[in-house]
Amino acid sequence: MNAWLPALVAGRLLRLAWLLPLAATGLFVLISMAPIDPVQAYVGGRTSQIGPEQREAIAAAWGLDRPAPERFASWLGRLVQGDLGRSITFNAPVLQVIAARLPASLALVGSAFALSFVLGTLLGLVAGATRGRWPDRVIRTIAVVLAASPGFWIAILLVALFAVGLGWLPACCAAPPGRLDSEVALADRWRHMVLPVVTLSVVGLAPLVLHTRQSLIAFLDGPAARHLAAHGARPLHLAFGPGLRHAAGVALTLHLAGAGELFGGSVLAEAVFAWPGLGQATVRAATGADAPLLMGIGLATLLFVFAGNLLADIAARLADPRLRRAA
Amino acid sequence: MTLDVEDLSVSFPAGPVLEGVSLSLARGEIVGLTGSSGAGKSLLAEALAGALPPGAVRTGRIAVDGEPAGPGAVALAPQRLDALDPLAPVGRQIGRFARLCNRRADPSGALASVGLPAGAARLYPHELSGGMARRALLATALATGADWIVADEPTVGLDEEAGGRVLSVLARLAASGRGVIVISHDLVGLARIASRVVILRGGRHVETAPAGAFAQGGTALREAFTRQLWQAQPALARPGGEAAC
Repeated sequence: MNAWLPALVAGRLLRLAWLLPLAATGLFVLISMAPIDPVQAYVGGRTSQIGPEQREAIAAAWGLDRPAPERFASWLGRLVQGDLGRSITFNAPVLQVIAARLPASLALVGSAFALSFVLGTLLGLVAGATRGRWPDRVIRTIAVVLAASPGFWIAILLVALFAVGLGWLPACCAAPPGRLDSEVALADRWRHMVLPVVTLSVVGLAPLVLHTRQSLIAFLDGPAARHLAAHGARPLHLAFGPGLRHAAGVALTLHLAGAGELFGGSVLAEAVFAWPGLGQATVRAATGADAPLLMGIGLATLLFVFAGNLLADIAARLADPRLRRAA
Repeated sequence: MTLDVEDLSVSFPAGPVLEGVSLSLARGEIVGLTGSSGAGKSLLAEALAGALPPGAVRTGRIAVDGEPAGPGAVALAPQRLDALDPLAPVGRQIGRFARLCNRRADPSGALASVGLPAGAARLYPHELSGGMARRALLATALATGADWIVADEPTVGLDEEAGGRVLSVLARLAASGRGVIVISHDLVGLARIASRVVILRGGRHVETAPAGAFAQGGTALREAFTRQLWQAQPALARPGGEAAC
């Protein structure tokens, strides 16, 4: 019955097999072209204390004295053995930096994903079922305002209101600063998650609301819903009954396919809220021209987006059986 | 028990589409409804089922045994095959219609009534043939438990064999005590299974012809328009008709 699933996964894995080296080459070329000198970024304000010989020694230690193709070939060789190199900014193996920071990012992105999906689908269904009436108008107005608002601006507003003004929620970090991990209560962790998660969810909410609303309206205007309505089904019943699969299936597919945008948004949210995840590490790696870490994070992001797209393809086929034949 | 439609009119802001249509139907009887394209046949079906499009205003009376027909009294099997939800198996869809009318869902029973195997309940609409889909639509109408069924173009797009099977199902439904209105351009098929055929033209009632009037070349038909419709049917299909060659 589910014969389409292994075929789909195998096809996508095959695609990943040529996508990975292609993406790695692209990433390396982009990072090599970046106008930041890693040695200068490392030396920072101590320029007067470090002479040209010491600079050359640092560059040699990092392998920067070799030509770019040679560096790439050696990086690729180590990658095959599971070694992503050593981060300059964190002075630790890249794999270790990613492994330490990925859970915090996944918690943030995962919670934001779930919150925006539930809220966006619910609001979209209510808007579609009450088309043209006041609930629809209110929801659409909110969605359009959110769509037009930059994420960083929403983050600053939330911090100004809930952290600075009302003092209800912390504006920084994943836990109270200065405390050991074992000393932080679960409730404290949850409180620290609220603002970053809400910021990140709000960014992806508007398209979800509007797509869900439109998919539901397309169903309600179609012959299948009219056939049910002819026998007494009301719009709200149609929206949360037969219409749910029509609207939520499309919404879930879009949402999963947009996982990359959510991950990109997390870079911003982590920077604003000093969240100790991969997004924050990305900013530090970029400003420090930390090529090995940037390459590692780039590949991890690629795998994340790939998984999101694969899940989107699976969700689309689960929601609409007609697509399974084409798999 | 009878279903009586008296002086039924349906208007849109742009003007009337159906004007003063009357017909009656007894339980166990099949009445055919035909006419030229745009005559208002499907609109009449929607009016009977209480499912008019937005902006339509109905006047006139629809009564069951002299009392105004309540919601759900008449069930409709629509013309379009995409009236079946493409994302739900047939059995689940039949269950939805039963629950809408506060009845216990019995997909196997409804499918058996239209001559489909119980296994069809698990199939999605795109897995059905045209004839099976037509019968599945009829099953959704039957699941409501209504005594009066309107089948809108139940044989359109089907070959002779599949169309014949659908007509036999309709005849069986009437034999089981339901009143059935069949809308079709296939006047030959209607004359075969219906006791009377109502003819519409331009939203108005032309005549109600007994099935027997279509015999012997349709000479007993009262109106010239009805005779034209009858003559326009394929010659070989008409009883008593002969091929030109």
